[in-house]
Amino acid sequence: MKDIRIIEVKQSVFASNDKRAAELRNELKEKKIFLLNVMSSPGSGKTTTLTGIINELKDEFRIGVMEADIDSDVDARTVSKLTGVEAIQLHTGGMCHLDADMTRQGIESLEDKDNYDLIILENVGNLVCPAEFDTGAVRNMCILSVPEGDDKPLKYPLMFEVSNFVLINKLDVIDYFDFDLNKCKENIKYRNPNADIFEICAKTGMGIKEVSDYIRNLIYDWRK
Amino acid sequence: MHELGVVFHVIDEIEELAEANNVEHVNSVTLQIGTVTGIIPDYLIDCWNWAVSKHENMTECKLIIEKIEAITHCENCGENYNTIIYGKKCPHCQSDNTYLIQGNEFMIKEMEVI
Repeated sequence: MKDIRIIEVKQSVFASNDKRAAELRNELKEKKIFLLNVMSSPGSGKTTTLTGIINELKDEFRIGVMEADIDSDVDARTVSKLTGVEAIQLHTGGMCHLDADMTRQGIESLEDKDNYDLIILENVGNLVCPAEFDTGAVRNMCILSVPEGDDKPLKYPLMFEVSNFVLINKLDVIDYFDFDLNKCKENIKYRNPNADIFEICAKTGMGIKEVSDYIRNLIYDWRK
Repeated sequence: MHELGVVFHVIDEIEELAEANNVEHVNSVTLQIGTVTGIIPDYLIDCWNWAVSKHENMTECKLIIEKIEAITHCENCGENYNTIIYGKKCPHCQSDNTYLIQGNEFMIKEMEVI
């Protein structure tokens, strides 16, 4: 009979992912690549919003896009068709989020991987799991759309705590929903007093220029 | 669905530790999980039992979960209180100037091996 041993571990489950994410961020800093992680619920308008932002920024920066989904390549094809930039589809194989290693693999498979100024990662549509895993991104952006309701920051606290800036989308339909814009902003600030908030409508283009200018400044700051 | 992804992460780390420690078989793993991590222990155990069956050196490995209560500290009045019941607003002085001191842990505490 073999001896039974107890090995004391005392290690955070997310520790190894956090470490790999920090390594990736350092490498990106050296290469002067800005990685933006975009998170939201399914159907919040991520792809349309990104298309608008990319079209504002593509003349100035070299941009690559990674679309993460459980299956299909609908988003990558849409982005690529509407913007002309390189967009690849990452399949998570049933997983509800991307971690740092999966993000790294995605970057490796971009054609021109070392020569981008901005890489956008469109995370899996979900307000829970993607918030738990640091992808190695420089900034996290969250999109919350009017039909989802102004109470979402209260229900999904971690998502709004880890998001550096939040876009409130689909403002064109606000009159048809019980959505209190000020309450929503208050709820976001309650979770994260440092979050910057933008009001947009991706479909009409409202607010897209302001967000794009903000991202432009973030990119220049990161390169310093 | 989140639990399954988390289980894969835990198993990856256990496999690494098992290799580093010349472990033949892992009999049990003890996790410490805070009550505001959003992890549901029952789901975690179901996913665990399925996932360990795919690993030769972890077959029938038991998952033991120790809960860590969530406690929030109020910067305004200095009191600590139960986060699950009261959330972010201090029940003593109604301040929002509070922060979580424990309850979002997700730790591998120890493993029993041969």
